[in-house]
Amino acid sequence: MSLRDLPGARERRVATGGIELCVVELGEATRPTIVLVHGYPDSKEVWTQVARQLAEQWHVVLYDVRGHGSSTAPVPLRGGFTLEKLTDDFLAVVDAVSPDRPVHVVGHDWGSVQAWEFATVSRTEGRIASFTSMSGPSLDHFGHWIKQRVARPTPRRVGQLLGQGAKSWYVYMLHTPVLPELAWRGPLGKRWPGILERLEKVPPGDYPTASLPDDAAHGAWLYRDNVRTRLRRPRADAYAHVPVQLITPTGDIFLSEQLYDDLESWVPQLTRRTLPAKHWVPRTRPDQLASWIAEFAAANEAAPQGGIPVRDTAPKGAHADRFGGQLVLVTGAAGGIGRATAFAFAEAGARVVAVDRDADGAARTAELARLIGAPAAWAETVDVSDEQAMEKLAEKVAAEYGIVDVLVNNAGIGLSGSFLETTAEDWRHVLDVNLWGVIHGCRLFGKQMAERGQGGHIVNTASAAAYQPSRALPAYSTSKAAVLMLSECLRAEFAEKSIGVSAVCPGIVNTNITATTHFAGTDAAQEQRLRKRTSKLYGVRNYPPEKVAEAILRAVVRNQAVVPVTPESHAARFLSRLSPGTLRGIARLKPPL
Amino acid sequence: MASRVNDERAPELKGFRDVQRLAYACAEAVAARLKPGVTERDAARMQREWLRERGVRDWFHLPFAWFGDRTAFTGFKVPLQFFPTNRQLEPGMPFILDMAPVYRGFTADIGYSGCLGLHPLHDRLLADLEVHRELILREVRERRPLREIYEDVERLMIRQGYANRHRAYPFGVIAHKVDRVAERRWSPHVFGFGTQSLKGLLSDAVHGHRDGWSPLWSPYRFSDHPPQPGLWAVEPHLGFRGTGAKFEEILVVTDSRDPEQSAFWLDDDLPHVRRWAEERVAA
Repeated sequence: MSLRDLPGARERRVATGGIELCVVELGEATRPTIVLVHGYPDSKEVWTQVARQLAEQWHVVLYDVRGHGSSTAPVPLRGGFTLEKLTDDFLAVVDAVSPDRPVHVVGHDWGSVQAWEFATVSRTEGRIASFTSMSGPSLDHFGHWIKQRVARPTPRRVGQLLGQGAKSWYVYMLHTPVLPELAWRGPLGKRWPGILERLEKVPPGDYPTASLPDDAAHGAWLYRDNVRTRLRRPRADAYAHVPVQLITPTGDIFLSEQLYDDLESWVPQLTRRTLPAKHWVPRTRPDQLASWIAEFAAANEAAPQGGIPVRDTAPKGAHADRFGGQLVLVTGAAGGIGRATAFAFAEAGARVVAVDRDADGAARTAELARLIGAPAAWAETVDVSDEQAMEKLAEKVAAEYGIVDVLVNNAGIGLSGSFLETTAEDWRHVLDVNLWGVIHGCRLFGKQMAERGQGGHIVNTASAAAYQPSRALPAYSTSKAAVLMLSECLRAEFAEKSIGVSAVCPGIVNTNITATTHFAGTDAAQEQRLRKRTSKLYGVRNYPPEKVAEAILRAVVRNQAVVPVTPESHAARFLSRLSPGTLRGIARLKPPL
Repeated sequence: MASRVNDERAPELKGFRDVQRLAYACAEAVAARLKPGVTERDAARMQREWLRERGVRDWFHLPFAWFGDRTAFTGFKVPLQFFPTNRQLEPGMPFILDMAPVYRGFTADIGYSGCLGLHPLHDRLLADLEVHRELILREVRERRPLREIYEDVERLMIRQGYANRHRAYPFGVIAHKVDRVAERRWSPHVFGFGTQSLKGLLSDAVHGHRDGWSPLWSPYRFSDHPPQPGLWAVEPHLGFRGTGAKFEEILVVTDSRDPEQSAFWLDDDLPHVRRWAEERVAA
């Protein structure tokens, strides 16, 4: 979809320094303004989806950088793309679209490099309210970053230099005369959309636009006019005079994450976000970007008017940069690992849907989640083994809260007892909850994630019993082994959709599961006694569910496949690979109950 | 019959009630003087001085103060961590003042939870303590074994979503017996505990051991007996991710057969009880 298809888009031309810029506005002009600046070799259409979402609440402005899209190019090209001139352009656009009010700037790639200049030079002071940067460092900061590493070359710093040096191969290429222009106007320009689809997983469509070969040829001067001069003599006073939100895609093949290590010293008010994606996030993750941009801009709209400043509203839990504002659904959230996981995500600033068949427990989890940092939390009462109820839940969640970013299929029940004592009914029940519950979750919410096409993550709670056979837990272990295998198969399938799948194998954790475990082949009194006894053993072991929750968040951040948590789970996993015979021997032992 | 039990113990109970009120008055006075920058040691000293000025000479234990995540006993492993530190109070931080003065031979042991500024989570914790007060009284009246009541309290905390922080107390106690203390001219304390009171507790423990009960109310087997008549300082303590809240007050247990008289809270006019009543009115 191109900009022309956007309802209510208004195009105008702004004259500045002998050229004309093509500016497009969306949304009501009376609202606060967000200006989106595109990168190389893009045009403003790279923002289409982000702009459409932002336009519901904001006055959104896009423009083609000089020499790109429908804007005219400077003559001669050499010397026409300096950051000073680009700042002139920006000020001209801002004066035209929002003369009396500072604007929120968002930049991607070279748009971000430019916007760093806007955010750090004095002549734009008072014209910018906030800046969201993605995949484009300040050339001045970059220059200092290199200088520091050259001046004190520890092995780690040399590694960082060489790493970034290798990632910047295209910068050297673009400094060669004429050749890049020929390539872009020739074969590269034709192949570029295909390359983006294949390497970057940018969804196919009518982007890039037809002007790409010219844009790319002109844009080479962005590099030639600025990179060498700035890196050689970086400005010493490149401090940001506005709050900055830094969004770092972790899979960016052009920029390493370490580039931003020292950013706090340049930016007094910095909010960090990380996104498991490649370079072209405006195309591949528009929903997440739109929500972060809007949230940050809104916080900085409120701040000068006596509202709460950005810093204090930012969540402080572990991985807050990654999960802030995301939608997380946890099943079995009324207690134990599920509840602890919901709380950990809440502390990271995620929105939480707490699902359990225990309505009171789920409501309690949602309430406390809100109190510790979740911007929103809801409770849903569902039995995960009930296919229709799960379908209804999936529809409701998508309609009311949005598409789930992280799904944690955690709900499960215990069942102990020898195979001969386990009835068909017992089998059905444990498989219905432990396996079918996970299947329903993955099927329904996984489908929504895949259809949205903007990545996501699924965590399935398996168990150490998934790879540790035992004569005492045949049905439970079977259900959990199935969950483990399901997770690994799904991981293979979903990889191409950028959806990660992890299986968590906690081990012996102090939760309520032992108090509700069914012991096959026992009468009520015996069962009660066994429940008490196992609960006591688990209590003595006393491994807290909070640590499992930490492991779950870490697994999502690192996209780990199989995650044993307790030491005994690690040991069993290790043995299952090194010496499965030993585990089979252990499996014959009668449990001490 | 009910009133007879009351009458017999009335003067004694009044003595305990007076010192408990004095201690809560101290907590409220000190809490009102807390501001950013005050350390736990300062707060403990403020309590000590306030009570000394009003005639307190001996202690069951010296006043404690916990600030911030120390109210949830985050990372508490050894008993020395209970003692006040140089942790400074900051805006929005919860705090707990805990003191056990002896006054005219009567002991109180109280816990006061507060917060410097607004803290919705802390409010929630405080509000959730109310059901614990009701649960404890109901089950004591039912003469359930103390260990079972302890487990029920813990289960309720877990259902509420919290961690049971009195697990971290010495012997994991939720309550301990208090009694009259002989007034001596010289009453030293060791590790923060008054020797006279400890002597009382120790003699209870010796007698109790013979008869099968314990002056400590804990999750362990030695508390597996019905409530013993006497005065118990009960202190359920909730913790949740770096925020903690508790109350502590005296529960009177008698051998009366009338359920109402068999157990009752010594005083219902206390800050936390008033707070719940006000919240109910507001709602």
